[in-house]
Amino acid sequence: MTFAAELIVSILLVTGGAFALVGAIGLARFPDFFTRLHGPTKATTLGVGSIAMASIVYFFSQGQSAGVTELLIMVFLFLTAPISANILAKSAMHIKVGIMENTRGKPWDQ
Amino acid sequence: MNLRFGFPQPLLSFALLLVWLMLAGASAGNAVLGLILAWLLPLFTRAFWPDNPAIRKPWKLAAYALRVIADIVVASVIVARLVLSFRRSPRSAFVCYPLTLEHPLGITMLASTISLTPGTVSADVSNDHKMLLIHALDVTDDQALIDGIHKRYEKPLLELFQ
Repeated sequence: MTFAAELIVSILLVTGGAFALVGAIGLARFPDFFTRLHGPTKATTLGVGSIAMASIVYFFSQGQSAGVTELLIMVFLFLTAPISANILAKSAMHIKVGIMENTRGKPWDQ
Repeated sequence: MNLRFGFPQPLLSFALLLVWLMLAGASAGNAVLGLILAWLLPLFTRAFWPDNPAIRKPWKLAAYALRVIADIVVASVIVARLVLSFRRSPRSAFVCYPLTLEHPLGITMLASTISLTPGTVSADVSNDHKMLLIHALDVTDDQALIDGIHKRYEKPLLELFQ
């Protein structure tokens, strides 16, 4: 593996790890359910995205397959992450979880 | 052509074949198996797709996807900074977004895009499919958020479906 490939892989891994960590911190520190929801959705998109990119670069530099399965991982993550966030938000609205005080607007009932 | 055994959704069939080849590796045998799956799966799942998704200009999807990915990166950095600024409490809000898209698939794509770009999660769609409830993590100007979503995402999607 060349130095350039090593550099790119490590940068991508560190970025991915950093964003996953920030997502987890957000999950822990935000005050109510809806704001906490933003942490994990971000961790999946950019965190896992760049880790999968690192995997693509690594295997490409090893002269193996060009990492189509990693692309699929990203595609499926991008397809499913919004749906799970949406279902979580919907059920939270349904059982009327507490919302922090300075939130403007309110969830509707239907 | 007999629709019962044809390809009710060419785009879905094509996507299935592509995904199968990417998963299983491109070879002649996999291509045949992928073609069979691409033919059978849309037939079996037809009951779940009452009306054909009418994507008129599929090639515009790529440009849209690129824009969304770029926005995810930019918005992630903004939200990460917000997460790490411990002293400040986020000014979150529920925002009602008036939809101009009418096709269910288009609404789904818009809602998914909104959820994917960090800082906004689409929480619900009204029963008449005219309003989208968005939870924004940190926003001061609701109207600016609505205009931004309309300009950046809904306009391109409208073009896609017309």
